[in-house]
Order: sequence, then structure tokens, then C-alpha cells
Amino acid sequence: MSGPVLLSVEAVAVDLPTPRGNLRAVDHVDLALGAGRTLGIVGESGCGKTMLSRAILQLLPKKARLSGRVLFDGQDLARCDTTALRKLRARSLAVVFQDPMTSLNPVLTIGTQLIETLQAHLELDAHAAWQRSVDLLAAVGIPAPEQRLLQYPHQLSGGMRQRVAIAIALSCEPKLLIADEPTTALDVTIQAQILDLLAREQRRRHMAMILITHDLGVVAGRTDEVAVMYAGRVVERAPTAVLFKKMRMPYTEALLAAIPKLGAAPHTPLPAISGRPPDPTRPLGGCSFAPRCRYAARRCKQEKPVLADAESPDHQYACFHPIPIALAEAM
Amino acid sequence: MATLELAISEDVAAAPARRRRALGSLFWVAIGWIALVFAVAILAPVLPLPSPTEMDMLERRAPFSVEHWLGTDGLGRDELARLIFGARISLIVGLCAPVIGLTIGGALGLLAGYFRGRFEALVVGTMDVLLAFPPLILALAVTAYLGQSILNLTLIIGVLGIPAFMRVARASTLTLARREFVIAADALGATHLRILLRELLPNVMPPLIAFFLLLVAVTIVVEGALSFLGLGVPPPISSWGSMIGEGRESLDVAPRLAFMPAIAMFLTVLSFNLIGDTLRALTDPRQGAL
Amino acid sequence: MLGFVARRLLYLLPVLLAVSLLTFLIASFLPGDLAYVILGDQATPEKVEALRHDMGLDQPIWWRYLGWLGHVLEGDFGRSFRTGQTVLQAVAERLPVSFELMIFAELIGLAIGVPLAIACAARSGGAFDRFMTGTAFSMLSVPTFLSAILLIYLFAVELRWLPATGYVPFAEDPAANLRFFVLPALTLALAEWPGIMRVLRSDMIATLQEDYIALAKAKGLTSSRILFVHALKPSSLTLVTITGINIGRLIGGAVIVETIFALPGIGRLLVGAIYTRDLIILQGVVLLVAAGFVMMNFIVDMLYAVLDPRIRHGHA
Repeated sequence: MSGPVLLSVEAVAVDLPTPRGNLRAVDHVDLALGAGRTLGIVGESGCGKTMLSRAILQLLPKKARLSGRVLFDGQDLARCDTTALRKLRARSLAVVFQDPMTSLNPVLTIGTQLIETLQAHLELDAHAAWQRSVDLLAAVGIPAPEQRLLQYPHQLSGGMRQRVAIAIALSCEPKLLIADEPTTALDVTIQAQILDLLAREQRRRHMAMILITHDLGVVAGRTDEVAVMYAGRVVERAPTAVLFKKMRMPYTEALLAAIPKLGAAPHTPLPAISGRPPDPTRPLGGCSFAPRCRYAARRCKQEKPVLADAESPDHQYACFHPIPIALAEAM
Repeated sequence: MATLELAISEDVAAAPARRRRALGSLFWVAIGWIALVFAVAILAPVLPLPSPTEMDMLERRAPFSVEHWLGTDGLGRDELARLIFGARISLIVGLCAPVIGLTIGGALGLLAGYFRGRFEALVVGTMDVLLAFPPLILALAVTAYLGQSILNLTLIIGVLGIPAFMRVARASTLTLARREFVIAADALGATHLRILLRELLPNVMPPLIAFFLLLVAVTIVVEGALSFLGLGVPPPISSWGSMIGEGRESLDVAPRLAFMPAIAMFLTVLSFNLIGDTLRALTDPRQGAL
Repeated sequence: MLGFVARRLLYLLPVLLAVSLLTFLIASFLPGDLAYVILGDQATPEKVEALRHDMGLDQPIWWRYLGWLGHVLEGDFGRSFRTGQTVLQAVAERLPVSFELMIFAELIGLAIGVPLAIACAARSGGAFDRFMTGTAFSMLSVPTFLSAILLIYLFAVELRWLPATGYVPFAEDPAANLRFFVLPALTLALAEWPGIMRVLRSDMIATLQEDYIALAKAKGLTSSRILFVHALKPSSLTLVTITGINIGRLIGGAVIVETIFALPGIGRLLVGAIYTRDLIILQGVVLLVAAGFVMMNFIVDMLYAVLDPRIRHGHA
């Protein structure tokens, strides 16, 4: 890990009380992210990646219990008081949610939603805030920004709305941007544009970014490091290139295999992962992936594997039967 | 004025948290109070009470005593007896009037929701027109012209409740008519009458009963208001409303004469509201599987 | 937008027509011959017959209805045979009183209900919320006339701060006028605020779960801004409906309050008309009141469009 550590997530766990029992959405996750670096968090729906992002942002639902530490710039966000936290928002921590139709307020204009962010944190008068908003919209690639500012979210297309959401997130020059499935709700044709926009802005502003997605293809080439989550835990973590070439965890292998390949022959069946993730209110005794893993052995069903280093400390995985390196490299 | 319309704002979500713990202690206290009121009302003639109509000019507005547990009113009549006999009147009107709405309005709503089309539009339109009229004025006009009597009072309040019941029945029917068990019955060749009576009616009844209880509360209030103004039950019959009206004159010397029937009415109305509201939360078919 | 308005207006007309028909029918079928009533003890069969012919009462009912309707559309609602005033004059005299009462009552109701709703929604589930919700529910069981008695006892009899009955026109003495309106308006408001509070609270709790509120928090906006700007506006649709319907209802429904507090409003005009069998007034005023209610619903529909731009542009 090069450079100073901006965000350090230490033994974070999120528990949600439900009528059927306690739901452990995030189970002892450790992460670290340096300034200006990009981390990709990959996993299926329900693996806890969104809860993790909410935990980092301190936006958990009222009933949730957070344990562990979330150190941002040395401060533990979980122990910050509300005012200090509020000041950190937008200026240091920003977020882009998945669906811009629901994350933008439908009864307020784009302009209002942009300007209020600027005026809440920066000492700008109305005119300066307006001008800044125009510039921001232009920077994210929205044509005719002055008119857009007066429009309502439902008057824009999905891609435009997400660009607006990104503009809002970037408005106060945050140090860290969390993008939670930013392209999942968008057309495939727009997805690449949005991801490129994010990558470009990140490089330009030297901003750290966490890209959360269920699609391994999204993180390839766009992230410095990837963490794979399953059933609330990080099961493999490595620099991106290393993960793709030398993956050890069978789940990662299955995820990669599930991406349709351009060069494959037509009608090649897509190797989907059979089965479903475990019920989080009833955690399994052994490895959570064991019921769906084709390498599972008896030990996997009885003991829970912990994260251990591979050849180097920046590549970790949790598995008793990792894929042999030679096999991984051949993929 | 808690009029008929307030009770029919079905778009308003009831406090969701109450559904699970709904049958809590308050519910049973309400049931208890209603049971008590019913019991004394029904048993009134056989209870060892002083006469509610016997006046004693020497003991007017007397305070609580062994002879008169709750004192006497402005004409020396025993308060407790009057309260109990007043309960009879309030309950009679309160229970009978909504029955009219329930039967006619419920039937109309069921048919409208089932057959749809122009019949439904006609029914809904008619109810909308009816609802445009100030209900109290209509009630006053009827009692003024047709004479003040318990029967007239019950009839007019009952008729005024028809649109509300129609709405509830129709809303439930619209939801239920699309469910599988109705489609299945239709596919099996059941006639309309059979579907209506065997499939829909039993399922529409629970929300209607819940609403009935709410409307009992409203009716007691409306009758109370009219009697308070002297325009409800004909004297010398007295209900809680007329007692409150009479008590108004003695507010400066004996406020208890107004407040005792007021409290009795409040507790009864509150209890019916509680029970009705709880049942409504439990039986609304739109709230999915409950 | 124009199409939206036009469509709503089109529905309005048949309803208003039906209302006028029903009003006329009810007034006509009320027992008690009008001519007898007017002539009083001067009634002889010949005079009654003559008057009936004069007033057109011997014509078939549909003919009379059309005649009346025709006059109404020209603005002639008829003249009271008791007071000699035209219906419109009588209404014009009483309308300001009822209006002032309505507005005052609704404002007080909103002033109580809206802040409470916001406070409860912001801390939903907490002790304050549960207490206020319970209080609101109990208030719904307190009839208007009971609140009136209670308030009169408290403020007029015991504390002697406010007068129990009476009225002075605003133009004459604003301060006294307001003093006379406090208790009646407060009485009505006590019946209004629980409905307002429940509806707004429920909508706000739902709104506060939305993603855009989470984003607003993530942007570091203050809680007051989130509550009042982001959450209040999208939650106010049902509130607007309820307020509109309430005001519409109050137009004729404040009868109890007007009677108890001796306010010369429309409610009392109607009650008086019933007792003096002044059918012309009764007919005309009931039509106006019912029509007013229908118009109120129409305005509420329009307000919907203003509050939710999605409806304006044909989305939603």
C-alpha cells in the first residue's frame, strides 16, 4: 500500500435486528484505502456491500448496530458528533447512489439540489453558487447546463440524472467518493460513459474512490485494488491485476466465469453460479460459500476460513482449497 | 365536528406499529367499558336506581350523596339514573343508524365494485353528490319538518352514512374481486349471485364491521350534537347530548352536570373508535397477507 | 396543463347539476305547504290557491325546477319572504363571518398539527411520537360541542379571559372581533388538528425513508433543511387534500359552533331558515354551500398539480 492511508475500516460489523432474529449484514470487514486510489468492492446482491458503504458513510438505518472503527483521516467516524460529521460530508466524503430517479428529490429543481450543497459547505453567494453549478454540470458532460438547472429530475434521461448526481457529489471537492452501483440502473450503452466520467474526474481531482458493483467486468481496468465480498465478509482482496491473474478464491473464479466473453462461440451456456447466498439471519457453521463451491470438502463445511496472505501481503483470501496458482494463471 | 367524512379517509395509513401489538391492554379496556355500558343500559329497568324522571325541587343540583350517588341535575332528578337511561338512547341510535348504512351502502358498494362499468360510475357519482351536502343541515331539516323522534333521527343519520359504507365496501370488493379465489369460482361456472354471496361477502364483511364500529362512534357524536342543541331526541327523553346541553346552563355553579355525561360520551366514543380502528388495521384486505 | 384543468371542469358540471336538482327536490318535498306558511293565520283556501298560483306552485315539479335553475343561472336565487332579502344578500351578509371562522380555525389547526407532525416524524417511534399520536387519536373522539363546553368553561367561566358569545364585525373593531373568534375557532381547530397531524406525519415518515433523503443527509445538509425543504414538500399532497376538504366541509358544517357561540354565520342562517320554513333561503343557500364544496375539491385538485411538478407535466 503506497501513500498515506485515507480510509481505514477496522473490524467493522453491522447488525440489524429483524423479526426473524439478528441479521449480520457485515461481518468483521477490514479495508484500507490510500488517497487518490480506487478500490472496487464486488459481490452479489445481499453480500453486504451496500451496508458496508452505508456504514462508512454513517448512513445506517436507525435500528442498525455498528461495531468496529471507521477511520477517515485519522478520525473515527463512528464516534464523531453530528455537527462534525455534517461538516465532513460533501467536503471530504461524497456518495453517488444507484438509482438517480430515487436519489434526486423529485419536487426540487436540479439547481436547488446542486446549489444547496455548495452553499451548505462553501461560503458562496447565490450568483457564485449558480456559476459554479453551471461549470459543474458542464464538467460532467451535460449540454445546456443553464437550462438544466431550472429543470426537475423527471425531465432528464437516466444517464443525465446520474451525471447530475455525480456533479452534486463532486461539488465540494471531496477526498473520497463512494459510488454504489452507479451504473446498474442505467442502459448498457450509457454505463461505460458514466464509468469513464467517474474515472476521469477521479484522476483529475486526485480523489480516492470506492466503486461498488456486482459486476467484475466493471472493476477491470478501473480500479487499483479489488475486494470480493460474500455473505457479509471479504473473501478475497488483491490489487486488480493480481486478482484477475492469480485469483485464489473459488467464488472469485465463479464470478469471473459468469461474465459473458466477447470471443466465446454463440450459444455458449453462461456458467451461472448455482444456488443462492445463505440466509443472513441463519449463518452457516463453516465457509459460507461451501454449499455452492465445486471444490468444497468436509473441512470447508465445518470450519470458517479466515483471511490469510497469498504470496504477498497485499493479496489475501479466505479459503481452505484455493485455486492453485498455475491453474489461475492459465485463465 | 367528527363528521362522517373523517371516518372514511381510507387513504390515511393507520400507525403501522400498532398492528402487531394491536390487541394490547388499551383494546381490552375499551372492550370492558363498552361491555359495562351495554350491561347497565340493558339492565337499567331492573337496576335499583331512583327514577330518572322524578323531580325533586328541593334537591336541585345537589352534590354527591348516599341517596344520589352522582348528585342531582337542575330539576332535582338523579344524575346516575339519568346517565344510565341516557346511555340507552345514545346506544339505540348509535347502533341502529349505522345498520342502515351498512346494509344499503354495503350492498351498493359490493355491487358497484363487482359489476363495475356504468353502474359503478352511477353509484359513485350519486354518492359524491350526496357527500357535497352539509350532513348536519340535512339532519336538521328532516327533524324539523318530519318531527323530532328517535325514529326520524335514526333514519336520517343512517341514510347519511350510506356513502361512507359504500366506499368501504367498494374499495374492499375492488381488491378482492381480482384475487384468485374469485376468478376460480367464476371459472367453475358460479353465478354472479353465488360469487357475491359466497366468495365476496364473507371477505368484505370484516372491514365493514370494523368501519361499522367507527361509525357507531360518529353516530353517537352526531346524535349528541343534535340533542345538545335541543334538536335531536324529543324531550322529555334525554340522551347524553341533551344532558350536556342542559348542563351548559349550570356551568358556573355545577359544571359536573355537563361534564359527567361528557365524560361518559367521550369514553364510549373513544372505546368504539379504538376497537373499530384496531379491527380495521387487522382486516383491511389491501394490507396484504395479515 | 390546460387539458388537465379542462378535463376536471368537465366532470364538475354534471355534479353541480345533480346537486342543484337534489337540493330542489328535497326542498320541494319537505312537508308543509309554503303558501300556508306565508299566509299564516290569514290562510283561507281561496287565498292559498291564489298565492300558490302566483308563486307558480301549482306547476309540475320539473317545470318549477327548470324555472328556478334558469333564475339561478342568471344570478337570481330568490327572495326570502320573511326578511325580504335576496338569498345572495343574506349570504353576502353572513359569508364573512363563516369565512373568518373557517380560515381562523384551519390556520390554528395547521399551526398545531403541522409542527407536531414534523416533530413526531423526525423522531418516529419515540416517546414523544407515541404520546402525541395517542393524544391525537383521543382528540378525534371529542365532539365539537364538548370542546366548546370545555373551552367556554375554562376561558369564559373560570378564567374570564375571553367572551363566551357575541360578535362584532372586523371593520368596526378588529381587536374585539378577534377576541370573539378565538374560542369558536379554537373549538373547531381542536377537531381539525388530529386529522392534519396524522396525515402529515404518516406521509413524512414514508418520505423520510426515501433515497433522496439519504442523499440529502450524505450531502451534509442540516436536519432542519432536510425536514422542511426536502421532506415536507413531497409529503404535503395528502395534507393539501385534507385541508381543502376540511375547509369545504366547514362551509356549512360549523353550525354547532356558530349556534353555541352565537355567531351570525351561514350555518345559523340555514338553521334559522329551517325553523322559519323559509324554503327559498334554504334552497338557495344549500345549493351555494354544496356548490362551494364541489368547487373546493376542484381547487384542491389544481393545487396537487402545483405541488407535484410530475403531475403538471403529465408524469407521476
